Amino acid sequence: MNDNNITPDQQAMLDRFVRQNKLFYAPDPAIMENHRIDPRSEIEQRLLSGEVDPHKINEVRGLIISALDESNTMIEQMGAAPGAKWGDMTTGIFTAAGDLSMIAPHGVGGFAAAVFYPIKFINKYWTDEPTVGVREGDGFIHNDARYGGIHNTDQSMMMPVFWDGQLVCWVSATIHEGENGATEPGGMPAAAESKFDEGLKMSPFKVVENFELKRDLVTFLQNSVRDPKLQLEDMKVRLHSCLRLRERVVKLLEEHGAEALIMTLRKHIEDVVDEVRRRILELPDGTMRTVSFADSTLRESALLKLNMAITVKGDKLTVDMRGSSPELVNRSINTCQASFKTMLYSGWMQNVWPDLPFTMAVFTPFDFVFDEKSIVNGSFDTPQAMSLIPLFKTMTIASIPMAKFNYSLPNRYTAMVAPQYDQPATLIYGGITQHNEFTGNFCADINGMGQGGRSHRDGEHSVSPPFAAHCDLGEIELMEEDLPLVRLGAFTLTKDRAGFGKQRSGLGYEQIHTFRGSALWGYMTGCTGSLFPSAQPLFGGYASPAYPLCKIKGINVFDELQKNPERVPFDIVRLMNERAIEGATYSTHPSAMTFELAQPGEVYMLCQGAGGGYGDVLQRDPALVMKDLEEQLISDDTARDIFKVAYDSASRLVDEQGTRALREQERRARIARGKPFDEFVKTWSTPEPPAHLPYMGCWGADVNTVYGIMMGERVKMSATALQSQFMLNPKDVRIAQLEAEVAALKRAG
Amino acid sequence: MKKVLITENLRIDLDSEQWECRACGAELIGARENYKRGLLVYDRDPREIHKPLLDPDHYEFTYAPNPQWCRILEYYCPRCGSMIETEYLPPGHPPIHDIELDIEALKRQWKDRPEVQEAAVGQEYPRPVAHGGPRAARLYTGEGA
Repeated sequence: MNDNNITPDQQAMLDRFVRQNKLFYAPDPAIMENHRIDPRSEIEQRLLSGEVDPHKINEVRGLIISALDESNTMIEQMGAAPGAKWGDMTTGIFTAAGDLSMIAPHGVGGFAAAVFYPIKFINKYWTDEPTVGVREGDGFIHNDARYGGIHNTDQSMMMPVFWDGQLVCWVSATIHEGENGATEPGGMPAAAESKFDEGLKMSPFKVVENFELKRDLVTFLQNSVRDPKLQLEDMKVRLHSCLRLRERVVKLLEEHGAEALIMTLRKHIEDVVDEVRRRILELPDGTMRTVSFADSTLRESALLKLNMAITVKGDKLTVDMRGSSPELVNRSINTCQASFKTMLYSGWMQNVWPDLPFTMAVFTPFDFVFDEKSIVNGSFDTPQAMSLIPLFKTMTIASIPMAKFNYSLPNRYTAMVAPQYDQPATLIYGGITQHNEFTGNFCADINGMGQGGRSHRDGEHSVSPPFAAHCDLGEIELMEEDLPLVRLGAFTLTKDRAGFGKQRSGLGYEQIHTFRGSALWGYMTGCTGSLFPSAQPLFGGYASPAYPLCKIKGINVFDELQKNPERVPFDIVRLMNERAIEGATYSTHPSAMTFELAQPGEVYMLCQGAGGGYGDVLQRDPALVMKDLEEQLISDDTARDIFKVAYDSASRLVDEQGTRALREQERRARIARGKPFDEFVKTWSTPEPPAHLPYMGCWGADVNTVYGIMMGERVKMSATALQSQFMLNPKDVRIAQLEAEVAALKRAG
Repeated sequence: MKKVLITENLRIDLDSEQWECRACGAELIGARENYKRGLLVYDRDPREIHKPLLDPDHYEFTYAPNPQWCRILEYYCPRCGSMIETEYLPPGHPPIHDIELDIEALKRQWKDRPEVQEAAVGQEYPRPVAHGGPRAARLYTGEGA
């Protein structure tokens, strides 16, 4: 009886038993940790082994892209979510195996690049599952990033396309929906302490049969969120966008046949893989390193490191994220590695190789190395609702090492650019609107980050989010029709808050919010970078500044605007420094705030951020400094102190000789105050992070040791055995501080 | 003699195997070394660059970084004082070895490539005009400016 040897028949029976009695279809690591395209299927192998007509491929590709463009425009025109109105959506087409082949030309690529994971899950688990199946007319929904995705606000519809009874491709439509029934309104809860606080957590499931939404399941989903109207409307929009896309694909199949479609979808991604290998091969061999820091968990201030080393050797490229912060088991800012790869890819396609077709196949030649249980390789049980914190940094972090790899190339695929601003600086709101509807969502300001400086010109102001070049900011008037929000200051560029450099960054803009006409309304913000700047510079420029959240409370600004309008300038710096509204409480805070209710007429203010500066400030053309002055982007103080330009204040005529002298004087001062590197590091570098700093991640070059904070105490861990960090409740910490103060006062008294 | 541009401010002379400052041509240090070892470094209080815009007497957060959390390391060419690189780090964090090249491979790669003295700019791809309209597109491309 102790003999464990079993026959092949017994093994087969055991395998069948396990397969048929699986307890829980959790995310499959074999899918979630594999970013590469699948091997060719039998039919792809047969078709691509023969003669391939490039003209036919091109014709079919054109038809597909045109169909994708149309279906994406349908979402843009019909979608109800704020995200959909301003471009935060896409449609995509996938091979039968689920590899992303093409997206809509103006779509958010990251969405489609994440949807291949759930499609592969459906193929693997639901096709042969007798209670599910994958059939003509079916549609599947999904939002949980643990099964593929960026964060759980994004909902996707995925639909198989059959021809002659065979699955030939998948189509998808994704929208950043916002509200999803999480513990805070708007779908991105900073307060989530476990994944069960995150709201809807849809593993891929069938919600459409015979091309129609199953109303029982739709009702369940509506019943789970704060905005049932939005849930229904956008499920219909995604379905009909997929149906239109499918209709166009079916026409293509009728005209050109299944083989042409299958060949085109596969050839398209294989060509991309070949091109990427060629591009890696032309880079210099070596390793480029960079770091990026988030200064908040969104519940407390802490310095969390993203540590990146990219190594190129021949046609191999390895992204090594070891040494990054450990995951936090009761904070929502973790992300899984699939989401990390998707967003790294999105930033890569915006800043490094924007000319390549948008398919995740770009990363097929890449290798990745992570520590287990790191903030960018979070485990299944960690909350990930505010994964945007590491993911926004992920989108821009590669700009620095890749600029250093790319600089030498005789041919560049795009302009050299410093990192864009990398935090979601937008207000998330929730409550009852003036139309008596319960809602929760976010403002489209998330799409207005300033660009980094470029090698040949300044960065653009408030140009786009770091994940898609085309997304827009939204129309304030339209928002004010639907919501009680009133914007007192909307798009004033943030004077003196830029990444300075030879080419300065684009600026962000001020957002001055208040509301009226609601008895229940509140806000949250989920942003880091109030202590430590977010957007890093390139080649000797300066970073973005730090951005706080500012509040004016205890008054109704509408009353003040009637009585004393001169006391309410629509300018954050003046409002906060002049403090002219009687009885108001003025305060600044870290730009991370969990949901709080406000009173009508109270004012909440934040800034969309600037990118990093490019190059030495002393190399900036003085004429451009004068232009910045004229456009009120900088002050005289900045022009003289930072850029060292001598000029006449009234006429703004540059004194060229005086400027040369000032700059030469500054260069001499630099030489006088700088210390030789080896001498400097002797006194600068410390073996451990300073005791006052709540620091997480490796310290210096040693990626084998990682620091964390467990229950308020610093811990030091081996990178191969990271522990999930448990953070104290900030209110408990505050209570303990106050109790200690009371005790001290009692002792003194 | 062939030189390879590595950054906006640095190049490598493949024959002498030296890092050089692109502003003044100074030889900084051997190409197989960390280039930072050939530079001067200064620990800058970030409030000197990102100045407090809100009154520090009233507010803790002022748009200036907190010097207890963040310092700027400025790297200067020892001959001409050009700012070669900047690094934002928490106090005491060892500087990053950001560029580590395989010099032998670099030499092989550039053996048959003609020298590049002025870096290419690279193409900027026009953005869709759906939201901003043609005027926004012109602002972006600079066309007609």
